[in-house]
Amino acid sequence: MSQKILLDKINVPGIKTYDVYRREGGYASVEKALKKLTPDEIVEEVKTSGLRGRGGAGFPAGMKWSFIDKKSGKPRHLVCNADESEPGTFKDRYLMEFIPHLLIEGMITSSYALGANLSYIYIRGEYMWIYKILERAIAEAKAAGWLGKNILGSGYDLELYVQIGAGAYICGEETALIESLEGKRGNPRIKPPFPAVSGLWANPTVVNNVETIASVPWIVNNSGADYAKIGSGRSTGTKLISASGHIKNPGVYEIELGLSVYEFMNSDEYLGGMSSSRPLKAFVPGGSSVPVLPADLIYKTANGEDRLMTYESLSDGGFVSGSMLGSGGFIVYNDTACIVRNTWNFSRFYHHESCGQCSPCREGTGWMEKVLNRIENGFGREEDIDLLLSIQSKIEGNTICPLGDAAAWPVAAAIRHFRDEFEYHIRFPEKIKNREHFVSEPFSKVIMSNVVMS
Amino acid sequence: MTHTNHKQEINITETLMERINELISHYPEDKIKSALLPVLHEVQDAHDNWLSLELQDKVAEILKIKPVEVYEVVSFYTMYNQKPIGKYMFEFCQTSPCCLNGVENLMDYTCNKLGVKVGEITQDGMFEVRGVECLGACGYAPMMQLGDFYQEHLTEEKIDQLIVDCRDNKIVMHDK
Repeated sequence: MSQKILLDKINVPGIKTYDVYRREGGYASVEKALKKLTPDEIVEEVKTSGLRGRGGAGFPAGMKWSFIDKKSGKPRHLVCNADESEPGTFKDRYLMEFIPHLLIEGMITSSYALGANLSYIYIRGEYMWIYKILERAIAEAKAAGWLGKNILGSGYDLELYVQIGAGAYICGEETALIESLEGKRGNPRIKPPFPAVSGLWANPTVVNNVETIASVPWIVNNSGADYAKIGSGRSTGTKLISASGHIKNPGVYEIELGLSVYEFMNSDEYLGGMSSSRPLKAFVPGGSSVPVLPADLIYKTANGEDRLMTYESLSDGGFVSGSMLGSGGFIVYNDTACIVRNTWNFSRFYHHESCGQCSPCREGTGWMEKVLNRIENGFGREEDIDLLLSIQSKIEGNTICPLGDAAAWPVAAAIRHFRDEFEYHIRFPEKIKNREHFVSEPFSKVIMSNVVMS
Repeated sequence: MTHTNHKQEINITETLMERINELISHYPEDKIKSALLPVLHEVQDAHDNWLSLELQDKVAEILKIKPVEVYEVVSFYTMYNQKPIGKYMFEFCQTSPCCLNGVENLMDYTCNKLGVKVGEITQDGMFEVRGVECLGACGYAPMMQLGDFYQEHLTEEKIDQLIVDCRDNKIVMHDK
């Protein structure tokens, strides 16, 4: 049983309510921070902890905090990114729904560390009922004296509000989120300037993921050094993984980083293996944006080492034979899943969610969707595979925000590892037409060199 | 921008105005435009779940911004409806993890049962079926959003029951 620091109390009856949360030791980090620590000391602890941004990019949180502009004298803001929309990811929702005060406690302690007096939690519009849960939890915290003026007699003031989005994946990108919080369309901004210098209303702003902020109370209550002892190497601490697809026990798990992928997949404590007798075909470890990996690269890296649930091990081999930990959206496919259909499905998602600002992404995602659609439906052309590779390479790196990359990578990876499946679609259109939706033939049995071309 | 000939009766009640003012109070006095997204949700919920141009103009007036600043936001975000929708809108998540668990068959089933295609409203105006992108419930698939809430681990039997419950007025759409 690995250590839990976020969900350790999730099964305590009534932990959703302020009274139970407080009785179980909640809000201790706020007391400790405001009475015993200076803001800079907290930033140092978070730096020491090695905590990395849990939204997907994995940037060190303490370093991000240290960039915030304190010299200009402008008001500073902490904004929590709860716009969880990456396909395969549903961890923040779990945390906010079942232990909302942990996020609020983290927001108060972190806002104090950053010197922010007005902070927001930006939550996606579809999580409307969680928006209400958070609003009620904030009212409880305020009534108990954890928010408002002169908190605990320390002289520190903080107001915290929840802002609701309205259905736009792009608002999970931090500058698009800020635009949306200002009441505008979610168009990402050109960086620099970074939000740490000019963010919300041109004030210095830090945007952090829900899970990142929820990790701060434990670090403050214990220490950065203690946190760094959990996990493996530069992947310190624990990570929430949302698991879905063809597995026995889908759901949200808190794992200690460094757990082997094999154990996570097969242990009854976690995913419990596949959902049926159909064998494992592929997996996506970090949400739809990261490269898909075929069965032979899941448990072992290309070098034959055990694949671990860490930032480093999952990306071992680069894009040739590795992937990324990303947001921890862990999607598992058995051999009935059609990779072409899956890739088309993700492309449709990115096309729908592109904000339209940059031409390569606005046009390119649409072209990829169309080409994949025709391959998937049995109307593909022999040159389509190279066409897809050409389009994706022209999107990647040529857009203001990473949505372009996120749309391009899954297409490249699917072709890299499952090219024979694309070719099969193109060469045997009659077999592809009239299939039942997502179900494919078990393609792992098709060896293209044995296929006679008509 | 979508054009519709449907007229909408605008009624900003006192309760609604109180909530709007509370939302506005969450932001500095010179930044009340920030309240636009939450205010649009509240106004839409109180007006049969859609926003006519007249209603959008009204929101602009309340927030003291130009109408176009409201239009561009309404047309960008998928949760704002620019024309009337079915009273009970079944929004099925159709992104890959839900598809792996059979949401496509379930959408077919629902459409056949209600006698509509995806995106159509039933003749009585009660139901509409839509396919939407990932709702963050991949581990509880297949699923759909109905009003402010999620309906997860769906089966054909659950869909049958939901349709009955909607007709019997047993479904709460908004958490106010």
